[in-house]
Amino acid sequence: MNWLVENAGQIWELTLVHAALSAVPIVVGFVLAIPVGWLANRYHASRGTVLAIVGLLYAIPSLPLFIALPSLLGTRILDPVNIEVALSLYALAIMVRTASDAFASVDVDILLSATAVGFSTWRRFWYVELPLAGPVLLSGIRVVSVSTISLLSVGSVIGVTSLGYFFIDGFQRDFPLEILVGIIGTVVIAVVFDLVLAAVGRLLLPWTSRAVGRQRGRAAERTQLAGAA
Amino acid sequence: MIEFRSVTKQFPDGTVAVRDFSLVIPSRKTTVLVGSSGSGKTTILKMINRMVDATSGTIEIDGADVSTLEPVGLRRSIGYVMQNSGLLPHRKVADNIATVPRLRGVSRTDARARALELMDTVGLDRSLADRYPSQLSGGQQQRVGVARGLAVDPNILLMDEPFGAVDPLVRAELQQELVRLQRELDKTVVFVTHDIDEAFLLGDQVVIFKKGGIVAQIGTPDEILAEPADDFVARFVGADRGKRALHLRSEAGRELVVDGDGRAAGVLVDGRTRDDSRGSGEKNDSEGRATTTALGSSDEAGAAATASGASAQGDRQP
Repeated sequence: MNWLVENAGQIWELTLVHAALSAVPIVVGFVLAIPVGWLANRYHASRGTVLAIVGLLYAIPSLPLFIALPSLLGTRILDPVNIEVALSLYALAIMVRTASDAFASVDVDILLSATAVGFSTWRRFWYVELPLAGPVLLSGIRVVSVSTISLLSVGSVIGVTSLGYFFIDGFQRDFPLEILVGIIGTVVIAVVFDLVLAAVGRLLLPWTSRAVGRQRGRAAERTQLAGAA
Repeated sequence: MIEFRSVTKQFPDGTVAVRDFSLVIPSRKTTVLVGSSGSGKTTILKMINRMVDATSGTIEIDGADVSTLEPVGLRRSIGYVMQNSGLLPHRKVADNIATVPRLRGVSRTDARARALELMDTVGLDRSLADRYPSQLSGGQQQRVGVARGLAVDPNILLMDEPFGAVDPLVRAELQQELVRLQRELDKTVVFVTHDIDEAFLLGDQVVIFKKGGIVAQIGTPDEILAEPADDFVARFVGADRGKRALHLRSEAGRELVVDGDGRAAGVLVDGRTRDDSRGSGEKNDSEGRATTTALGSSDEAGAAATASGASAQGDRQP
């Protein structure tokens, strides 16, 4: 327990670093996946090919990629940019398929109707397609978030600071408490990120929660009717 | 005025949806395009606001060839109401109605004020303004759709089977509302339906289509009922049967109008011509719209069959 108290400062610091390093690839992967997913969905012929190629990115083992990137990017081996790029690629790999599905989930009649009342393609994307793809995009970014936060720990093997440091150090010193701190810290970040994403989703997609509320209301009505009968 | 001149539409897969179609759609009247599915009526409607471009021929709106007009601007200047309302599910009712004014750069405040006025116009309670479309009934959604179509006060209103997906009672109510609105607003309405009763009820001019975009007959409801162009039209409008094939029967000193099944559809009111009856009441039949054809009547145009369908029971004489 003394270890916890003595190292509280470092635990807190590494947690913040871990959170900050995870946030970048999540955002970059999400932002890049939207145009790629949209294009893949819009041009049906390209959909299969694009999704297959981007999906293959995920098959690249993480450790070799972390090591190979410095020579590809001309960065120093310990530069966190390597990890950020690698994790962004993984985030993209997961997110593109979801983004493509998200745009495919938007009702074609609604898009046609938007065009018929005078939305240009550009405006229609921002004001109709993107918000309506929102619920599926949100579910995608939640998966990406968890995956990125856990993958980041691997970066510690090549010396990029994160909560993964506690796994390696604890393993080398045969000190389970330190390993546990690393694991719990990672889980806590993942849960906090997920709560934040869910809250942002409720804020940006208010119609979805109301629709759900209404369905609940209906279900309750049905139960009452059943009870009355 | 909208004018189609020898318009043909062939889709990339080779289907000819519309063949050599010509029509003048007069301003401030309701023109109904009616036919079964696959008759090209919706394609014709969509060519007016360039949702579909003609393969050959020209379409003019007040003398301007639509193919020379910029499509997005053209669509914003024309009201469009579609089946299943086509509302944006993620926007509140007032925002949906304000969509097109907002696209045209009207401020949020002004657009909302206008949206609330339009809710009054189409008979929606203002308390629904901040609901989402999924929280409304089908009929209410359709009213929102109509309000959105009217939001920029367009000269032209295109309606693509707007009442097709609501139940019959609500449909009848919405049809009456449209008749009332059209009387107030005086738009050039182009209305697509597969329901001949709806076509006769709403249309000043009715265009009946056969399969493949071929016109079977163009005329007023009176003309079509009085003189169906061919057997297809006669069958389509049902002039030979049921509630449209009426004849007179004397009963207790009055002339009863009786339908094809021998059931009383109403009484014949002497001396009431269509001009006298206009404006005398809310019921469309009493405004002299021909919804039926009275066979065996010596005075086919003047015989205002005062009732059909729902009101028949009340008029039945002992």
